[in-house]
Parts: sequence; structure tokens; C-alpha cells
Amino acid sequence: MAQIVLDRLTAQFTGGELVEVGSNLGNEWARVKRESWSAVAKFLRDDPTTRMEMFIDLTAVDRLGLRTWPEDAPRFDVVVHLYSVSHKHRVRLYAAVPEEDPSIDTLVPIWAGANWYEREAYDLYGVRFKGHPDLRRILMYPEFVGHPLRKDYPKEKRQPLVRRQAGTRE
Amino acid sequence: MSDSHDQDVNLVPPTRRVVLGFQDAEDMEVPDLPTEPVPLNMGPSHPAMHGTVRMVLEVEGEKISSADIQIGYLHRCFEKESESATWTQIFPYTDRLNYISPMLNNIGYAMAVEKLLGIADTIPERAQYIRVVVGEVSRITDHLTCVGASAMELGAFTVFLYALKAREWLFELLEEICGARLTVSYMRIGGVVADMPDEWGKKLLDVFARIRDVMVDISKLLDRNRIFRDRMDGIGIITKEDAISWGITGPVGRSTGLAYDVRKDHPYLVYDRFDFDVPVGSVGDNFDRYAVRIEEILQSMRIIEQALAQMPQGRFIHPDPRVDLPPKAEVYNSIEAMIAHFKLIMDGIHVPPGEIYSFTEAGNGELGFYIVADGTGRPWKCRVRPPCFPATAVLGKLLPGLFIADVVPTFGMMNMIGGECDR
Repeated sequence: MAQIVLDRLTAQFTGGELVEVGSNLGNEWARVKRESWSAVAKFLRDDPTTRMEMFIDLTAVDRLGLRTWPEDAPRFDVVVHLYSVSHKHRVRLYAAVPEEDPSIDTLVPIWAGANWYEREAYDLYGVRFKGHPDLRRILMYPEFVGHPLRKDYPKEKRQPLVRRQAGTRE
Repeated sequence: MSDSHDQDVNLVPPTRRVVLGFQDAEDMEVPDLPTEPVPLNMGPSHPAMHGTVRMVLEVEGEKISSADIQIGYLHRCFEKESESATWTQIFPYTDRLNYISPMLNNIGYAMAVEKLLGIADTIPERAQYIRVVVGEVSRITDHLTCVGASAMELGAFTVFLYALKAREWLFELLEEICGARLTVSYMRIGGVVADMPDEWGKKLLDVFARIRDVMVDISKLLDRNRIFRDRMDGIGIITKEDAISWGITGPVGRSTGLAYDVRKDHPYLVYDRFDFDVPVGSVGDNFDRYAVRIEEILQSMRIIEQALAQMPQGRFIHPDPRVDLPPKAEVYNSIEAMIAHFKLIMDGIHVPPGEIYSFTEAGNGELGFYIVADGTGRPWKCRVRPPCFPATAVLGKLLPGLFIADVVPTFGMMNMIGGECDR
């Protein structure tokens, strides 16, 4: 249903900005180079054929050790879901972000709603959003060390905010 | 309670706004008193905030000059826990997302996994109808809680008691069908866990007659109530453009005039077979959000009445052996069925590798599940797109310029649910 969005993208971005496009389980997706992240997003919002005015969701995926994923591919993906209220179509964008430099452009100037979602992705995955106005932790507390949704953060690890006294119960 | 009122009073539709006339503080002659910014901490545990959220406000006199909304006090690591749970074990976690409309979260998650499994188009009709019915019941409980609690915070305690009494009737019925009031876990991948008894529908319709009376009472108590209107009208206005760019959906989005309802725009289950209206507001203020919710309760009852009338007989869970447990008699008497049962419980349902974004209309708006499956019995990633997350985020923009007293109704009408917002 949203094939028109992918067609528009492939027609517009011919300089290698687009890595791959596809459609799976009724979801249309496009993989974008990290450098062209905000340019593609801005185009999708402003182009009259696509008109992705509504910001739906932004998150990251940690593919460390994922069996179905090539080993040399970058570790993180930043994933954004967009929706067009006027055309009623959706698209999902990926941008690969390497472990050594987990950073990408912010989308806050394009959609105000991206603000908290980017803070959440930073908090839980450690992806930094360049140009974000207020990149603080959002769900975890400021003293928290590490990024809990990374696959190498053990589920059992505990970081009590108030250290227990030695010799007391609990 | 309704006996004392005449029955022919109609509810005020959201479009017909009663103009009472009110005086803005700006119109009053206030002597220019010197002020200086004072930090004010509301929350995380505040009697007027029904949600664990902290607001760090900067006030000048009574006026808010900046607001920092801090969430996360109810963060329970939904996503991290899901990554080590089998696909079926995630249902109890989804109950605790929006804990006053748990059925809708169950449905949203179940549908996402069914799409990954490729059985979404062949879910038995009866299961789909049951999902619609219990889902809409959950929507009513969600809106009743929001309206009741917000009214209580404005001093209308009677409304709160009426609304929660009505909610309790529905919770009792949900308890009858699945054994729990809030933590229902009624859905399963492929259908529902147990069939809905036929007399249950009749009981529900009896309750609806009483709820309609309650709705009339609530409307009579609030719609022309001077205190309520003064604190709701024109307060916390969100424009349609803002709602779109912030991603605000659901009753809050619709109050701005954005006629986006997943049930209408992208029908799922059997919603395309029902006749119902999507109420939208015109101003986008607190009163519109209240009016939209009241109207949605009535529309949900309409949907349920149609669904109960159309309800077919048949299976309530998909017959695919990948998702359905074998019958107990076979489990105890044949080795194949016992192994199948054991594998389904211990290893979990095996979902083929893939990624899906599946979205449904929950009590607060578009509830999305973005799931990455790697072919094992556990999800690689199970992300929730909580509908009240952007609505809470916009408060940081909405509150500056308002008075301290306006925080309470504005926050209440956003219906921030800690379990869903913080996950």
C-alpha cells in the first residue's frame, strides 16, 4: 500500500543515499545511509506524494549476535516509523549505526515529537543524536551506568541507587 | 440514582459547546506585583497526580514559566524482560502496560505476533468478535477512569464514585470471563484462552442500560457545571498541526480535530462490519478531550451491541498446531500430544524471523508493537509504542503560560498511564 513511498524515494535519491528498500509482512521499509538520515526524513515530510507529517515511533535495535544478521554489519539500527495522515500510508526507515561511533542526526527539527523518543533511544541503547536540544536519560535515573537494552547488558545486573549497608538485612 | 432525574435529558454532543462566559485572569485588574521565578516540584507522588510522574515547574506568581516533565518512575523493563520470555509469557507483561484497559494491549500484542506467524488472516471469526467485545469493554473502563479521576481532582467526587461504580460492573464481568479484573491475560496467540459464554453477552447488555444512566448523570453533573467548565474550557489547547507532528493520537489527538482512528482508517479484526462514529473536537482544549471520551464510551457500547448480535459460533482459537495446545485428553493419553504440549509450553511458539510494526487503537490512541523475531521461541526485540508517551511529552510545551491550578485538569485529560508510558 505504501509502495508509492518507496518508488518516490528510489526516484529521488539516486546518489547512494538509499541502501535498500523492501516490503515485508505488509510493512514497507527503506534503509538509509546514516549521513542522509535527516535529508531523507525531511523529504518524506515535505514531498506532496509522501507527506509523512506524523511522527509515530523511533527506537533502536541491537543486532549483536543475531543469527539472521551478517556478522560484519554495523551493530545498531535506528528505526523510525512514519505515517501520513493525508495519504494514510506508512513507512519504516532504518539507519545502521556502528558500535564505535553510535551517533546519528536528530529529527527534532523535522518532527517535534521525536524529542522524547530520541532521549529514550539514547537512554536505553546509548545512541547519541547530534543536535538534540536536550539529550538526557528519560526512563532510567541520571546516575545509571550503561545502557540496559544493549544485548551485552546482563538482565540480572542490579544497580541499586541507594547502596545497602554491609551487615544489614536485604 | 437515575430515578430522581427525568429520563428525557440528552447528552450534550461534543460539538455543541455551552457558552457560559468566563473571565480571564488577564482581563482582571491585577496590580503589577514584583515576582521572581520560583522552582516548584510536583510529584512524583502528588495527591493531584494520578500517575507517578514528576513535574519540575518554574513559576512566577501563579503562572508557569517553564515545565520539565520527568517520567520513568514506573519503568519495569518491559522490553528487556520480554527478550527472555516466550511469546506467550509476554501476555501478562502487556496487561501491565495500560492497566485500566489491559484487553486492548493483549489484542495489540497478539495481532502483531499473528502477523509474524502468517495466521492473521485466518483467525477464527468468533475469536475476532470476542476480541472486539472485550476490547471495547476495556475502552469504556479506560475512559470512565480518566473522566472520573479528572473530575475528582476538580472537586467532583460524586462523578468519580459514579464512574468507578460503572467501571466495577464491567470489571466484574471481565472477571467472570477470564478470572481477573485488571491482569486479564485473556488473549492467546491465535485467539482467546477460553470461550465467551452466551449469557455473558446478555449480562453485558444489562450493565449497559445502567451505564447509560450513569453517563446521563455524569453529563448532568459536569457539562453545565461552572467550576468544571471554567477549569476545562480553553485550557491546554493543542492545535491539529502540533498533534500531528508530536504523533498524538487517540482521544487527545481527536480532540484537536484530527479524525484519525485506527479502527476506521485501517480497520483490523472485524471493525469494518460495524457502524460507529468517530467523535472529534473543534478546539483541542481539556473540555474537548472530556467530551470526546464521553462520546467514545457511547460509541463503544454501540459497537459491542452490534458485535454481540453478529457473534458467530465456532472455534475461539486458531487450529494451527503451532499455536494451539492439543486437547487435554490427548495430552494424557498419547506421547505425540504430550510432546507437542511440552514443547509449546517450554520452548514456546516458534515465530519465523522477521520484523513487524502492528498497530491498534488502544484507550489512549495508536498502540504499536514493533517486534523483531529471530526464529526462536523468544522475541529478539519487543518494542511498544505507547500512545500516552507523546501526549505526556507535549505537556512540557503546553504548561508554560498556564496557572498552577491548570496543571491538574490538563494532566488528567492527557490520561498518562504510568505503566504504559514508562513500560
